[in-house]
Amino acid sequence: MGNKFWPIFFMFWPVVGIISCVIAPANGWWFPTPPLSELGVQIDNLFYLILVIVTVTFVGTHIALGYALWRGVDNKEKKAWFSHGSHNLEVLWSIAPAGILLFISLYQLDVWRRFRVTSSFPPDTQLLAEVTARQFEWRIRYPKPGREFKSSMAVKQWLAGPQDGDLYTVNDLRIPVDKNVLIYLRSMDVQHSFFVPAFRIKQDAVPGTVIPIWFGATQRGDFDLTCTELCGWGHYKMRGRVFAQTEAEHEQYLKTLEAEQSFDGVTKPGTSGALVASWRVSDSEEDDD
Amino acid sequence: MERLAVRRFYIVRFSVSTLDPAVGLGHADAHDHEHHDIGFVKKYVFSTDHKMIGMQFLFTTLFMFLVGGSLALGVRFQLAWPWRAMPVVSQVSQVLGGPDFVAEGGQISPEFYTMLFTMHATVMIFLVIIPILAGAFGNFLIPLMVGADDMAFPALNMLSYWFMWPAIFCFFMVFAHNGLNGATGNGWTIYPVLSAIPEAAPGSGAPQTWWLIGLTFVGVSSMMGSVNYMTTIINMRAPGMTLFRMPLTIWAMFITAILQAFALPVLTAAGFMLLAERVLGFNFFVPGGLLVNGSEATVGGGQPLLWQHLFWFYSHPAVYIMLLPAMGMVSDMLAAMVRKPVFGYKPMVYSLAAIAGLGFIVWGHHMFTSGMNPALGMTFMISTMMIALPSAVKVFNWIGTIWGGKVQFNTVTLHCVAFVSMFIVGGLSGIFMAAVPVDIYFHDTYFIVAHFHYVLFGATLFGCFGAIQFWFPKMFGRSMNETAGKTHFILTFIGFNGTFFPMHLLGIAGFPRRYADPYIHPYMEHLMPMNQFITICAFIMGFAQFILIGNFLISIFSGPKVGRNPWLANGLEWFAPSPPGHGNFDVLPVVYRGPYEYSSPDVDDRDYLMQTDNIRRPKEDMGTADEPDTPDVQDNS
Repeated sequence: MGNKFWPIFFMFWPVVGIISCVIAPANGWWFPTPPLSELGVQIDNLFYLILVIVTVTFVGTHIALGYALWRGVDNKEKKAWFSHGSHNLEVLWSIAPAGILLFISLYQLDVWRRFRVTSSFPPDTQLLAEVTARQFEWRIRYPKPGREFKSSMAVKQWLAGPQDGDLYTVNDLRIPVDKNVLIYLRSMDVQHSFFVPAFRIKQDAVPGTVIPIWFGATQRGDFDLTCTELCGWGHYKMRGRVFAQTEAEHEQYLKTLEAEQSFDGVTKPGTSGALVASWRVSDSEEDDD
Repeated sequence: MERLAVRRFYIVRFSVSTLDPAVGLGHADAHDHEHHDIGFVKKYVFSTDHKMIGMQFLFTTLFMFLVGGSLALGVRFQLAWPWRAMPVVSQVSQVLGGPDFVAEGGQISPEFYTMLFTMHATVMIFLVIIPILAGAFGNFLIPLMVGADDMAFPALNMLSYWFMWPAIFCFFMVFAHNGLNGATGNGWTIYPVLSAIPEAAPGSGAPQTWWLIGLTFVGVSSMMGSVNYMTTIINMRAPGMTLFRMPLTIWAMFITAILQAFALPVLTAAGFMLLAERVLGFNFFVPGGLLVNGSEATVGGGQPLLWQHLFWFYSHPAVYIMLLPAMGMVSDMLAAMVRKPVFGYKPMVYSLAAIAGLGFIVWGHHMFTSGMNPALGMTFMISTMMIALPSAVKVFNWIGTIWGGKVQFNTVTLHCVAFVSMFIVGGLSGIFMAAVPVDIYFHDTYFIVAHFHYVLFGATLFGCFGAIQFWFPKMFGRSMNETAGKTHFILTFIGFNGTFFPMHLLGIAGFPRRYADPYIHPYMEHLMPMNQFITICAFIMGFAQFILIGNFLISIFSGPKVGRNPWLANGLEWFAPSPPGHGNFDVLPVVYRGPYEYSSPDVDDRDYLMQTDNIRRPKEDMGTADEPDTPDVQDNS
């Protein structure tokens, strides 16, 4: 038995690894939330497909490895098996993985196309905001509420710089739920990356480039927004939040924001005071979610 | 005298075509007298002997391995117990450390943290893995395994080692300007704009310039090595050593040298471009109109993605530079340890070449989320998926090599099997990242960290540990201790898997890389206990390396003496004395077959058949054939 220690040792850890993966979701060592966007669902499905293929391969190769070691330690033959290989086996284990890998890559293309190819964005996607990353915060600019963008020229014109009636927030992005929204991502200084784990989306913010990304939340809620491209010493604390609310709440929020930002401190103090108060109430409601 | 005769024989037999025999002989005589007494400096410091240079690289990289490991433990400490003063280190720093560190009471500041992971990667990649494979093992093994008396360009070889020291000096100068907190902390990938504008980060000023100069020196060193390796392998093989009789180690070193030679100029050029941008006011990478941390607005029309393309055009092939030699060495060691020929020798060679070739067209998979044209994402995904194919073929062939063998579980075998097992994990986790949509989620999370540590530590370093144990007898004429070797292995293996396997789960949980304190984000709060577990495992793994270093150093002086061929292996290096003298071979090697004829039915009394064994035409043929029949004899020369 003594000489079987090492084959068992080498087979023991894959078992531990697989057990730790099996118990992971129950312990919170898995995706932080279920996928809360349509793209996220597709990305998760692809992840699980690959996970199945990879697990089968992992188990298969380790069983083969373990068996070869197990048999090898008490090989009673005078000499080892004198073999330089097998042409048929080489062909088999070249073609089979090639087919599987080609299948995986072709099968993935569509989701990627939907996420990144501008002409494949869902037709009902609405321009929501421009998100500008800087050390170490997210600056958000919404177009004036009610403003319609009829052409790409109009969008370009809006992206050229701040405009009358734009609304601004920092680290606080609000989106209407069940709608596909489009944000334009840019950076004011160094590279950053826009990552919302709940939606499974991530896109670098590149200085000098404006990158459109779309997503849609399928649930109301408060989601973390983090930076995933090293942007300096404060990289870790570049925390933002994405609130998905109903469309009515969203419109109300923008109205409140507009009233707050256009408030000059003199006119109609009563009204705007009330507005600010109502915004605070709605904010605390969100926090309770 | 015997030695002189051999040398004369060599020159006469193999140099007559180009040299006047008399000249050749005269030169050989003079040379022979000369190197009896070359002095300490020429022998141990500015040596041109490939074995000494290889050992210089080995000692340097082992030392740097401890440095890089300590930096990693700093990273791990912060992730497990954020902002807590480091035990021991904080006390020591009261006495020795810089003023900034003392002011913080031995606490790791965020900028200190960025320095830790940046310099960990820098040291491990440029001062450990690349030089231990190409510099240490490449130098030591290539001439011995192809049957040459030295490298093609010994002086160039010496320079390739001595160019490491300016690099090390420059990398340590990053601490000289603003102390530990102001050292370069832009990651080893130093993406501009962060690395291009001095105001962008505490370490983006002079330390970043020093870092870039250091990188250039490492590049020069690697380039001199790679030219030497290619030339030696092409031109200096022993008679009979055809290309398809070369051990896989040599094939891997050869292909790696080609990779270096073609990829490195791009990095060097990119490094100079960034230097020019920083120092001379050129503009390549920084677009106009940026306001970086209070700097003046930038002017110009650079493109930050250009750096990423140029950087990864080198650094992806560099991943294979950091892996292929280990693959080759493991193939050789595994065959010797299971007493079987390598399964599918030619497919192994072709898959090495395929990995290297495809390695040039997959760099974009580091940039899936960078904002480059999405069509590129699609093509890079397909090429990246395809590179998994030769890797899979290699894994199947290693398992095929073990299959039906007589397995002896010594330290070398353990490391080789760990290599195969860990490489399977690292290869399979790569498939998640190769798939672009899935990579959208996993990019820059701990899943990536888990993946590349499984490849670079799990595969490459386990391969190197095995190789140290395996070729140590040839280096020093003594063998390393098996008990210490196995203890080191088992602690490292358990520590390694305990450290890096849970990182896959962290990555799935969306845990980003390079965060000094991830727990300020509510969705990661509950991951702190797992990080503490990881850190404990990392400390076990880290301290286990002292066993390796101790075993290595002690065995140099007091390990049991061994003869030429303690492993009963087939390669030419085992035909030379242990340790080989200047000029390597006391008897001219002539090669009759490939290096993997273990358990051949052609011989009855033993299960190995050396490349030099002339069993068909014994004795009279070359006058050398009786020598290898007794390869175990103590070498007294």
